[in-house]
Amino acid sequence: MNSVVIAITLFILALLIGVEVIGKVPATLHTPLMSGANSIHGIVIVGVVIIAAEAHSPLSYVLILLAAVLGAMNVVGGYVVTDRMLEMFKSSKPDKGKGKASQDEQASAVTTETAKNQGADK
Amino acid sequence: MNILDIITWFVYLLSSVMFVMGLHYMNSPKTARTGNRVSAAGMVIAVAMAFIHLFATGFNSSLAIILLVLGILIGSAAGVYSARKVKMTDMPQLVSVFNTVGGGAAALVALNDILTSEGTPTLVVLITAGLGVVIGSITFTGSLIAAGKLQGISMIKNLKLPAKAVWNVLFALLTVLSLVMLCLNPGNRPLWAILTAIFALGYGLVFVIPIGGADMPVVISVLNACTGTAVAMNGLAIDNVALIVAGALVGAAGATLSVLMAQAMNRPLLSVLAGGFGGSSASTSQDQGTQGTMKETTPDDVAVQLVYADKVIFVPGFGLAQAQAQRELADLGELLKGRGVEVSYAIHPVAGRMPGHMNVLLAEANVPYEELIDLDDINPQFPSANVALVVGANDVTNPAARRPGTAVSGMPILDVDKAQHVVVLKRGRGKGYAGIENELYFNPNTQMLFNDAKVSLQAIIASVKELIA
Repeated sequence: MNSVVIAITLFILALLIGVEVIGKVPATLHTPLMSGANSIHGIVIVGVVIIAAEAHSPLSYVLILLAAVLGAMNVVGGYVVTDRMLEMFKSSKPDKGKGKASQDEQASAVTTETAKNQGADK
Repeated sequence: MNILDIITWFVYLLSSVMFVMGLHYMNSPKTARTGNRVSAAGMVIAVAMAFIHLFATGFNSSLAIILLVLGILIGSAAGVYSARKVKMTDMPQLVSVFNTVGGGAAALVALNDILTSEGTPTLVVLITAGLGVVIGSITFTGSLIAAGKLQGISMIKNLKLPAKAVWNVLFALLTVLSLVMLCLNPGNRPLWAILTAIFALGYGLVFVIPIGGADMPVVISVLNACTGTAVAMNGLAIDNVALIVAGALVGAAGATLSVLMAQAMNRPLLSVLAGGFGGSSASTSQDQGTQGTMKETTPDDVAVQLVYADKVIFVPGFGLAQAQAQRELADLGELLKGRGVEVSYAIHPVAGRMPGHMNVLLAEANVPYEELIDLDDINPQFPSANVALVVGANDVTNPAARRPGTAVSGMPILDVDKAQHVVVLKRGRGKGYAGIENELYFNPNTQMLFNDAKVSLQAIIASVKELIA
């Protein structure tokens, strides 16, 4: 048994878990789900770190710089925008965690979110 | 395996578990935000471990590490900036852009594996990294075109590709051929790897250009699955558990969502990807039997109907997002609720510009998610609704879908026509995406209000306020 066989097994099992978990997500959350899954493939940044260890040629320097910029944009932007979306999903019932959560985000809030925070106080 | 490698392996396994948990928490709006944070924490742990491993085992060149950190800082800044700035209506484009960069990064990592390895890479590395290059490159150009189409950049929207089938087959063949040559002839791998990347980039272009703008959500989802797979291929090439598991999860997510979306549009996934009727918008307009006249109404009349109703169902669609009128609709809902009217929102699975997009837009307008009701749950409620207010939705309300032989036949629709009164806010008299007349508009109990959704809603709100005062 070599590691490739094990790696392929992992791949297949993870696919099955993915299908199972995603199938349970309600349609309401499909946009944040897509965006959240999108940020998970930013894990490629770990791959960039690993190849950086062995880099020794100008070509690999260029590839690493580009890959790091693209990968980091994917992962950081993806999580931030998903959080921004999910922050807006509110229940009509009072929610004790809500006040705190919206304060966290207020520093970063863009103009469109101001109106919503006012509404949350009603 | 030394002790550090074992620790690293388990830390990557931990972050993989956190990704699965994060996705699992997405099954309810109550826990979804926590889920996203668990997933982000998993990502932080994985990246931190990669750096710890890097510094513990040493590296060849400090310059590479400086460039790596610099790149991560630049990329993070760009990511945060665009994530904070984006308007919620533009979300599909942004997801597509993030997918573009992710695919690009995956292709570059794979390319690096092939080009800069010392000695000849093994066949396994050549195949997996080669597939990483192919899939990552296709996603890069494909998602870029998709984002351009969604953004409505006319230069990209108007791109035409005559004989699309020929180009698709040609680029697919060339890509596969270069990949095979790369594996057979690793001595010459710089040439074949670069050719593989170039042809795959070309394939991404000819694959997405012929597909219609309204089908872009499905395309994004498919390309998202592709990036995941490309990342998993990289994981196989560099033997990294985190990349394999995370990539497979995203691949599964993208594939599942693509199938769900295609089902909601009642079209086979393959026909969407082949650029079926999405390419030419009005190709299938052979309406038969939709004769009659549309009755027009005024904002004042609509206001009276709404204020004196017991139960009102809003049916928002693509037009609402286009007119950026989600806040007006929410305001109207609040006004009516203040009068004791029961208000709910009927959400079709493909309403908006990507699945679940309408939910995000209405959440932004501060509508509680309990009031947003899915197709299956809202349909039995239409007969008891006094008024159904359709705002910029078309094909998903067309009763023609219930009988065979039309372009929308078999598509799951909202039973708007069963409401006691129907009011349709519509920009103009044009047809929907499917290119046929909506029979709903000719029903005796349907009234039309032609204008931009935002303007109409503002007028209705003004009249409602006068009535209440």
